[in-house]
Amino acid sequence: MARAVTPAHKATVTFFAWAIGLLIFFPILWTILTSFKTEAEAIASPPSFVGFDWTLENYSTVMERSNYFLHFLNSVVISVGSTLIGLLIAIPAAWSMAFVPGKRTKDVLMWMLSTKMLPPVGVLIPIYLIFRDTGLLDTRTGLVIVLTLINLPIIVWMLYTYFKEIPVDILEAARMDGASLRAEIIYVLTPMAVPGIASTLLLNIILAWNEAFWTLNLTAAKAAPLTAFIASYSSPEGLFYAKLSAASTMAIAPILVMGWFSQKQLVRGLTFGAVK
Amino acid sequence: MVWRFENDRLLCRQTANLEEGRSKRLDREESMKFKSMLLGAVSLGVMTGLVHAETITIATVNNGDMIRMQKLTDDFTAKNPDIDVEWVTLEENVLRQRVTTDIATKGGQYDVMTIGTYEVPIWGKQGWLVSLNDLPESYDIDDLLPAIRGGLTVDGELYAAPFYGESSMVMYRTDLMEKAGLEMPEAPTWDFIAEAARAMTDKENEVYGICMRGKAGWGENVAFITAMSNSFGARWFDMDWKPQFDQPAWKDTLTFYLDLMEDAGPPGASSNGFNENLALFQTGKCGMWIDATVAASFVTNPDDSEVADKVGFALAPDKGLGKRSNWLWAWSLAIPAGTDNEAAAKKFIEWATSKEYLELVASKEGWANVPPGTRTSLYENPEYKKVPFAEMTLQSINSADPQNPTVDPVPYVGVQFVAIPEFQGLATVIGQQFSAALAGTITAEQALQSAQQIATREMTKAGYIK
Repeated sequence: MARAVTPAHKATVTFFAWAIGLLIFFPILWTILTSFKTEAEAIASPPSFVGFDWTLENYSTVMERSNYFLHFLNSVVISVGSTLIGLLIAIPAAWSMAFVPGKRTKDVLMWMLSTKMLPPVGVLIPIYLIFRDTGLLDTRTGLVIVLTLINLPIIVWMLYTYFKEIPVDILEAARMDGASLRAEIIYVLTPMAVPGIASTLLLNIILAWNEAFWTLNLTAAKAAPLTAFIASYSSPEGLFYAKLSAASTMAIAPILVMGWFSQKQLVRGLTFGAVK
Repeated sequence: MVWRFENDRLLCRQTANLEEGRSKRLDREESMKFKSMLLGAVSLGVMTGLVHAETITIATVNNGDMIRMQKLTDDFTAKNPDIDVEWVTLEENVLRQRVTTDIATKGGQYDVMTIGTYEVPIWGKQGWLVSLNDLPESYDIDDLLPAIRGGLTVDGELYAAPFYGESSMVMYRTDLMEKAGLEMPEAPTWDFIAEAARAMTDKENEVYGICMRGKAGWGENVAFITAMSNSFGARWFDMDWKPQFDQPAWKDTLTFYLDLMEDAGPPGASSNGFNENLALFQTGKCGMWIDATVAASFVTNPDDSEVADKVGFALAPDKGLGKRSNWLWAWSLAIPAGTDNEAAAKKFIEWATSKEYLELVASKEGWANVPPGTRTSLYENPEYKKVPFAEMTLQSINSADPQNPTVDPVPYVGVQFVAIPEFQGLATVIGQQFSAALAGTITAEQALQSAQQIATREMTKAGYIK
């Protein structure tokens, strides 16, 4: 029986949901507002919320000083590329772990996750040396490889939990009808897991888009994505908040828009299944 | 900060391992060299006929003078049509981590690096930088300010060319000083500064007599307090590398700083670094601010500063012991050893740090925007002498001596730092202690006691203390 929901209860819940939502969104809103202020207004105390002279000066300065589109293109190639390759590897891996688990499957999953527990700087020098010797420093290929490897455990884990929700009987029925392994994965499993795969895809694009350690440390001029673009506007000496905010807004705008349009898939994917 | 410290330590350890492994790698490098020569020969064959401009990659920090240089790159490429320039601008700490990784692994990502007076002696000694002693005569190497040049020279070799130099000085509000009935001498003592700060403070109207750095960090509060401690007769280490934080001079320094900040400093000072204090001073909330000379052009700029026409300058204070509390820093351009484009990189450095470059900036943006503190001839220029902070900047730079920074002798080079690789990690932790003392969570004695313990432990581990 559904629990009775009183209007007052509903209003309170709505109020708190909005309050928490706004609280989480506030830093981003503040960044966007600051990007339209002058440097002097950006540091003014007490700060003004909307009653300042709106200016686009920071955006034009940033556009003039940096090659935004190069960084943007790099970000797109790196995040989408690494996620797609990751999915190609992770779908068969997650399939085997979910439907044909062996004695060590749990251990393998744990071991994969454990690679995320090492601070990245711990392997910076070895990876830097490998990249130097293979000529991958400051290349998009190099970053796609590194980000694929870094996000692979998360992709496998997410897909594994989604696949676990799918009744194995359906796959067996397909097998009885004579479907090959390839056909089973492509025509039976994948369509059923689309919400899960979509949310994994989106989440990983966001993770790769925001990744700031490897993208900063393995690039110089050519392959630097938007994280490097933001980092070029911070400074310990001098006023930079407004320009930095403009750069940040430009860097998060594409992913924010993408997230907005795909929020349905994101939410569905993250809440997919009975136990989540 | 903790994260960064851990990073630094890991990086240091890895770098050390790298050094050990280097000799073993030589054989492999020989064969690699052969392979790359082969590759080079093949690609040369392919490229024959193609006129290809050489590209140099320059890593730099984000500050006004560097951004101006980026804008003026056209002048360089017009003079050197066969060289293309690519810029990588990064925040100071990111840049430091990035170029350290690259140079330690000989990654070869950059042809010109922007580094400070802290890195040059350490990297120069490691053989990581190309000597610039062979710059042409027209460059007039002897024109570089002696204090700055000294900080960039190791065993007679100049390893980096200064792009701009800075020291620290007192910036004060002339109107508030007058209101307090005091007159700022050109070379004040700490006692005068304390007296004036307390007299200028009007907490009800949010006017605080003095703003000083309190934010933890080796380039933030540690730089300031170390330079201050030099004037109080304190030092980081004695001639046997034994930490000196248990000595009375350090206690005097820290107590003086904490008492003054409590009486006349702004609230929440333990999170104030350069930028926070700049914002406070520009909005009229500080009576005095002791910080980098480069701030002078910010606080006197009427576009950003509400107090632009009411600022006076004085030398950083002393305690009558013969050393002032000003530091010395120079952002400089250096070439990592092993770059393929050494000649082009040298040409660029020669252009960016030349006398002609200073004139170029002056012609486009006015003399006040010329990168300061590198050349004697600039301070002899009658046009530049008209800039209000020019003379004080020169005097401040000249009164700092990185080879001889303290009252008692020390085994290290550096005014507001100790030019040893261990300093960054050590000073980060000690800076947190000083910042905690300012926030009031620990006492000055406790802060110094932990500083002494940490320094003794690290220096023993690193092999300085036998």
